[in-house]
Amino acid sequence: MIAIKNVSVIFNQGTVNENQALRDINLNIKEGDFITIIGSNGAGKSTLFNLIAGTITPVVGSIHASGRTITREPEYKRAQYIGRIFQNPLLGTASNMSLEDNMMITYRKGFKWLKRSLNNKMREYFRSELVQLKMGLEHRMKENLVMFSGGQRQALTLLMMVLSKPSLILLDEHTAALDPKNAEIVLELTDKFIREYKLTSMMITHNMSHAIEYGNRLLMMDQGEIIFDVSGDAKKELTVEKLIEKFHELRHRGFENDRALLSE
Amino acid sequence: MIESILVEGLIYGIMALGVFITFRVLDFPDLTVDGSFPLGAALMVQGLLLGMNGWLALLIAFIGGMLAGIVTALIHNHLKVPNLLAGILTMTMLYSINIRILGNRANVPIIDQKTLLSDVSSRFSGVIPDEYILLVFFVIVALGIKLLVDLFFHTDLGMTIGAMGNNEQMVISQGINPKTLKTIGLGLSNGLVAVSGAFAAQYLGFADVGLGQGIIISGLASVMIGEFLIRKSNRIGVLTLCAVAGSILFHAVMYVGRYYGYVIKMTPNDLSLIKGLLIIILLVLTQSRKLNMAAIKAMVQK
Repeated sequence: MIAIKNVSVIFNQGTVNENQALRDINLNIKEGDFITIIGSNGAGKSTLFNLIAGTITPVVGSIHASGRTITREPEYKRAQYIGRIFQNPLLGTASNMSLEDNMMITYRKGFKWLKRSLNNKMREYFRSELVQLKMGLEHRMKENLVMFSGGQRQALTLLMMVLSKPSLILLDEHTAALDPKNAEIVLELTDKFIREYKLTSMMITHNMSHAIEYGNRLLMMDQGEIIFDVSGDAKKELTVEKLIEKFHELRHRGFENDRALLSE
Repeated sequence: MIESILVEGLIYGIMALGVFITFRVLDFPDLTVDGSFPLGAALMVQGLLLGMNGWLALLIAFIGGMLAGIVTALIHNHLKVPNLLAGILTMTMLYSINIRILGNRANVPIIDQKTLLSDVSSRFSGVIPDEYILLVFFVIVALGIKLLVDLFFHTDLGMTIGAMGNNEQMVISQGINPKTLKTIGLGLSNGLVAVSGAFAAQYLGFADVGLGQGIIISGLASVMIGEFLIRKSNRIGVLTLCAVAGSILFHAVMYVGRYYGYVIKMTPNDLSLIKGLLIIILLVLTQSRKLNMAAIKAMVQK
């Protein structure tokens, strides 16, 4: 569905700070894939997401979506069919607006006109969808989002993104900034939504056991390259130890901060 | 005295609404205002001198202001010029344009000219006591514009513009180009500022290219005084009302400074200094109030 062909990304090209963030990446994302991505800091995971979302354009190579070349399509246009959740829970919603206003803005993608769509029918619909989150948010529709916790806001962002039915969702360590309990809740909701709505998704995580537990395909990245791409039954048999061993075998060095990666 | 403070406050309150939209809703410190205010005045005066219908001239002033705002937005969006500089560029260019509109003159009086205000005065004289006619008129005009602004920010488009000022990434994620929203917001804001300038010219009886000098500071001070009146609100209706009320209070302070300042040997030339100091004092007060609130919160949580 989305194909990345021979893409390289270089930051600060031609300066002393030159940094090749992605080297000759080839990736084919199939419809229905739930891909988890692991790798140490600086491996290029977020750069890969920025590339797919359109925040950055590659130096060489091309990106295709359903047969169309989208290499130079701006981020806001791609957002029509690619949903993205960031690590920072504040980036998905507007703090100074009420819950119902936020839902109205995120309900439909694309430019909005001089129309007032928020009516009681919409409110009723939003309420019925909010129930799924089991956070009691359906009783707080008029409250400002400043009053909500990071976990609640991230769950809300997730819900609203799912309702807009994107062809691909990008989850950029979306539970990393939450406390363990909320992180677990949001992650379970994510898994539930992805299954229920059959969403094609990619998830960056620093937690190896999550990467193994969720999804049907796993990518390991290092120094701007995808060094390991496993799916199906082979992925089901993975364990954290096997993954670390695989890394040793491929790169002939230790997983730099594997202790941090293993920590819950 | 009270009527003239209120009338001035309401006229400039329309400008404060424009400043509120850019500085507070869009989070875009727009200095175009210093040029679009006299632009509105110049277009209105020239329109009247050409024998145009007053309301038509006002509409042209509004459109002219909108275009000025759109120019700033285009400079900022497409040339990647920082927002402050983009506003200063437009403002500087408008200085020459305003002189052109006024027929290569810096000041054009319309003392004997029929204006919207003289029309209203003659139509309602006898119905309402003469000294209150303009006050009633401007209460209706300013509140009408305030309500229209409220209505705008309750539409889907208006809400999205509000969200952008708070979180640009959210708007991008919704598949909307934030550049388009900025252009709309700046256009609307400067349109209002020009309307304010058009009314000011009719009230003062002249248009002057220097009319807008430092006007952004008056607008900002008005918005800040208004914010000081409320503790916290996200209701757009409350916020716009406070901007207008803030403008009235600001003009009351300026009025006192202008007519009673001599007591402390102040001259009208000192007013700019006073305006600046007023903003600094407001900033300090707002900061300390925020700190106090945080302290109280911490106490409660303990």
